[in-house]
Amino acid sequence: MIEKAPILAMDGITKVFPGVKALSNVSFQLFSGEIHALMGENGAGKSTLIKVLTGVYPLDKGTVKLEDVPIVVQSPLHAQELGISTVYQEVNLCPNLSVVENIFIGREIMKNGRIDWKKMNDRAEELLSRLKLDIDVTKELSSYSVAIQQMIAIARSLNVSSKVLILDEPTSSLDVNEVNQLFEVINNLKKAGIAIIFISHFLDQIYEISDRITILRNGEYIGEHKTKDLPRLKLVSLMIGKELEEFDAQSENKDTGSEHGDKKEVFLETEELTKKGSIEPFDLKLHAGEIYGLAGLLGSGRTELARLLFGADKADSGTLKIKGKTTNLNSPKQAILNGVAFCSENRKAEGIIPDISIRENMILAIQGIKGWFNYIPIRKQIEIADKYVSLLNINPPNPEQLMKNLSGGNQQKVLLARWLITNPDLLILDEPTRGIDVGAKAEIQKLMLSLKDNGKSILFVSSELEEVVRCCGKIAVLRDHKKVSEITNDGKIDHQYIMQEIAGGNL
Amino acid sequence: MNRFKLNDRMIPVMITLMLFAFMYSFGMFRYSNFTSPQVFFNLFIDNSFLIIVAVGMTFVILSGGIDLSVGSVIALTSMVAASLLLAGLSPIIVIPIALLVGPVLGFLMGCCIHFFNLQPFIVTLAGMFFARGLSFLISVETVSINDDFFRFMASTRIPIGNYFISTSVIIAIIVVCVAIFVAHYTKFGRNVYAIGGSEQSALLMGLPVGQTKILVYTVSGFCASLAGLVFTFYMLSGYGLHANGLELEAIAAVVIGGTLLTGGVGYMVGSVIGVLMLGTIQSLIAYEGSLSAWWTKIAIGLLLLLFIGLQRVIVHRNDKKKNTISLKDTEGSDQIAR
Amino acid sequence: MTKSRLFWPLVVLAILLLINLIYDPSFFVIDIRNGHLTGSLINILNRGAPLILISIGMTLVIATKGIDLGVGSVIAMSGAMAAFIVDGNLGDSERLFPLFLAIALAIGLSAATGLWNGMLISRIGIQPIVATLILMVAGRGVAQLITGGQITTIYYEPYSFIGGGYLFMLPFSIYIVAFVLCVALYVTRRTALGLFIESVGGNPLASRLSGISSKNIVLMVYMFSGLCAGIAGLILSSNVASADGNNAGLWYELDAILAVVIGGTSLMGGRFFLMGTVIGALIIQTLTTTIYSVGINAEVILLVKAVVVLIVCLLQSPEFRKKISGLFSSSRKTPKDEGVNHHESL
Repeated sequence: MIEKAPILAMDGITKVFPGVKALSNVSFQLFSGEIHALMGENGAGKSTLIKVLTGVYPLDKGTVKLEDVPIVVQSPLHAQELGISTVYQEVNLCPNLSVVENIFIGREIMKNGRIDWKKMNDRAEELLSRLKLDIDVTKELSSYSVAIQQMIAIARSLNVSSKVLILDEPTSSLDVNEVNQLFEVINNLKKAGIAIIFISHFLDQIYEISDRITILRNGEYIGEHKTKDLPRLKLVSLMIGKELEEFDAQSENKDTGSEHGDKKEVFLETEELTKKGSIEPFDLKLHAGEIYGLAGLLGSGRTELARLLFGADKADSGTLKIKGKTTNLNSPKQAILNGVAFCSENRKAEGIIPDISIRENMILAIQGIKGWFNYIPIRKQIEIADKYVSLLNINPPNPEQLMKNLSGGNQQKVLLARWLITNPDLLILDEPTRGIDVGAKAEIQKLMLSLKDNGKSILFVSSELEEVVRCCGKIAVLRDHKKVSEITNDGKIDHQYIMQEIAGGNL
Repeated sequence: MNRFKLNDRMIPVMITLMLFAFMYSFGMFRYSNFTSPQVFFNLFIDNSFLIIVAVGMTFVILSGGIDLSVGSVIALTSMVAASLLLAGLSPIIVIPIALLVGPVLGFLMGCCIHFFNLQPFIVTLAGMFFARGLSFLISVETVSINDDFFRFMASTRIPIGNYFISTSVIIAIIVVCVAIFVAHYTKFGRNVYAIGGSEQSALLMGLPVGQTKILVYTVSGFCASLAGLVFTFYMLSGYGLHANGLELEAIAAVVIGGTLLTGGVGYMVGSVIGVLMLGTIQSLIAYEGSLSAWWTKIAIGLLLLLFIGLQRVIVHRNDKKKNTISLKDTEGSDQIAR
Repeated sequence: MTKSRLFWPLVVLAILLLINLIYDPSFFVIDIRNGHLTGSLINILNRGAPLILISIGMTLVIATKGIDLGVGSVIAMSGAMAAFIVDGNLGDSERLFPLFLAIALAIGLSAATGLWNGMLISRIGIQPIVATLILMVAGRGVAQLITGGQITTIYYEPYSFIGGGYLFMLPFSIYIVAFVLCVALYVTRRTALGLFIESVGGNPLASRLSGISSKNIVLMVYMFSGLCAGIAGLILSSNVASADGNNAGLWYELDAILAVVIGGTSLMGGRFFLMGTVIGALIIQTLTTTIYSVGINAEVILLVKAVVVLIVCLLQSPEFRKKISGLFSSSRKTPKDEGVNHHESL
């Protein structure tokens, strides 16, 4: 490897968004004919790095060299001209256009000032046959499955004889056969000498296909390793950010909820709850007075499960019982009326209402239960808001401040308050502590424990395993949309054990 | 044109064509005068300006936008032409100036939409007010036209067998042909479709989104101005209230012609058939005599409802295929939004 | 907050009124004639009544991220309906029954149109601009159908009271506006409806996840808008003692949208300002009056409206603000920008 010069070298890349360092001094090296996985949890900076590389964002500091020539990528189009192509997770093609157009648009073959459709059709068929795909190229993109769309996106980038191909979560909506088909194509491209950056949340896939791995965390470069020399456990710990040695330090386990948890009544129970493409049949028993943890990497199905339990998505099959009664949750409202509350991990898109005040954001859910005409008097609202502002230490401590003016951590606390006010029997918390400071984290954990003591159930989703182990009486580990194990927290388990479960396979 | 295979996208156009054929044959069956080919030619003669406007509007709607200013631009064009002729300028100078009115306004509106990310609806609404206001500023009264060239254009009949069409029909047909070519055989045309299909994808595929959007409104403005000129030939006057509410008719024609209001899907031919359909409804109601003119509006409304319902069904079907991936795009879309 | 939102619209209104004062020193004078208060200010209120009503309905629609293009047609339909009912009761000037029947049917029809729009948008999921476009086109046809294509003149005396009558020295229409405004303010301030509307407009997804049935909210809002337009249609037709299916309420939808935008409510939905809208509507009405009194050609008002719409929209556009503040390069960094934490922006 040493004698060979990298085709792409990024060095000291820094990208700052207002108030945030999204990338800080990140380096990245890519050789032709290799598949290089880029790994990191949500917010690690993978996407930002890709977007800097493809010219979506300008970089603030650092150098990018392509074939030893320094380049400054101006725009996605410029990146393509340079030979850097990207296939995005959500297939960024135009569903209304034909396959051939999606391959060629922006670089149409012209003849006498007009588009030469015939030549383009032939060329498209030829390109797709290289990917072993034999389809009618004049049909619209939307008439094909996501897997085929994915291939078409790759064909589009091949058309410019790309040197660097970036695959951003290409497999997240594919089934096993489709993944295999895609991998065959990727391996062929690799043999043809194309350098491939591969991003995926699926560890199995990373180990199956990649040659090397670069790990990012919180916008920082953590390390580069050969895939075959990097045990899964080590990879997961690098991504999550806990060195293995640190783990045994905090073995003091406050919650041994399992001892009495099983004796209490079951609040919510699922049997074979399934949603195609996001959750494989799932069994779950949640007791009153229990904190139940869901551990797993992003995309493992933890959020998807939470959404099913809240009625935000509908299950395809399986049963869901609340307090022993079979319930069909068709809407969040039904779930709320059944005493379920859900704090989404996606604060911005699914939580906050930016243009209204803290107070109004807080009372939204309880008011939804009470209905239009049972309006909580303003004085009462202020009282409630004041109470939670001081209870959760919300800053600024002014309930009339508009939600959009708050920092993320404080917005999170307001959303927590929104649900605490409804006094739910089951509180589903999806990454409630992400991106908030240590003090607030401790407060939220304390709050969870006190809710538990009051006989509430809590479903706790977090990528911080330390937190999961500290709080939860029972932990389910998810991998690839499945529950791979359920662990009773008897005070003896530690992060390492869970990490092993998450990593799965051979260590 | 082997690309025009019968597929999902063509269904609305086919339905429109069939409805049109049905209505027209109903007319021929019911009124003996209706069988004369001249009636068919009259559809073109009376609606040539609407065809031209609808062509421009089709581009705008294909790109996912809307242009409410076209009716007013027609009025402004007629007013500019009439007042300049009144001032004694030669048609050789007047016509190019009049034809600049729409593109300039369209360009400015496109810039507002692209650079300041304003909604097309509100920007072109302002454009609509602006153009009408401007034409009233020039004159509140009707300005009639006595120019020889304009009279020539108005009165010339081009014989086809025993029947005839007008010069404006020729202009309209040329515009439609050019538009079909532009839409299907040029980069600009395909970019318009791509942006209408998914603006974000178009950006990431490296297409010149902003440039295309601005150009789309400029093209629509030009079509409106050209239609204004044709309309002026037809009316031989300039007046601030000319073509009042025409934008609605143009939008209706485009929608009835099978173009998806959300953008990305549709054909120029469809819009032409849409205009002819509106024209046929008007003729039928005129022939019927006992039916009054307002039935036209109700009929157009019903047709709109029918086709919007149809679009909804088609879009819904496509959505179902796509929604598996839409939920997962949280991290990515945030960043794009930045 | 509300104060600062109302500040600029109020300033504009004041300037417009002052310009009038320059041209007509007796502009602010209010006389008592025949036991009625008269004067330019009263006139503006009276003439502006229909627009204020429609704008109130439009405010709530826009707050849910919607738009209602059908209001102009509803005005025509409502007027036509009322005229149709009272027309058959020519001789019965004494009896009030036809009046109430006309009002009830006209308002019922308007509410039904609102229900229609609301169903198309909330249940079938058609975009608001498109759904209401149907009514905008077809509604006028229906209005003309009702009037038989004629401009129906209304000879029935009691009907003129709605738009031209006086009560306690003030035009009756002002009371109607005051009543509707109070109802709207009450419902949005004293019940949870206002909060729900703002949350549905501000973030539909989050609202749904908070257990709010946004479909019903959207439906209600369009019904209310239809209702407001219907009442405005009664006032307008009563004012001119006739119903004109073709021209009654023409361009009112656009004026109403303008009034809402001037009043500080964003077309992107969310926070809404009913009082701001009322001031916006008054600004438009005063503008019309001003242009008349200054002696400019009345049609030029369209030009002014275009410029106002554009300026207000530009001021609301974040991109525009960014570019402007870039020009002055005095980077006013607010603390909130600093406070955004890491994950928020990723």
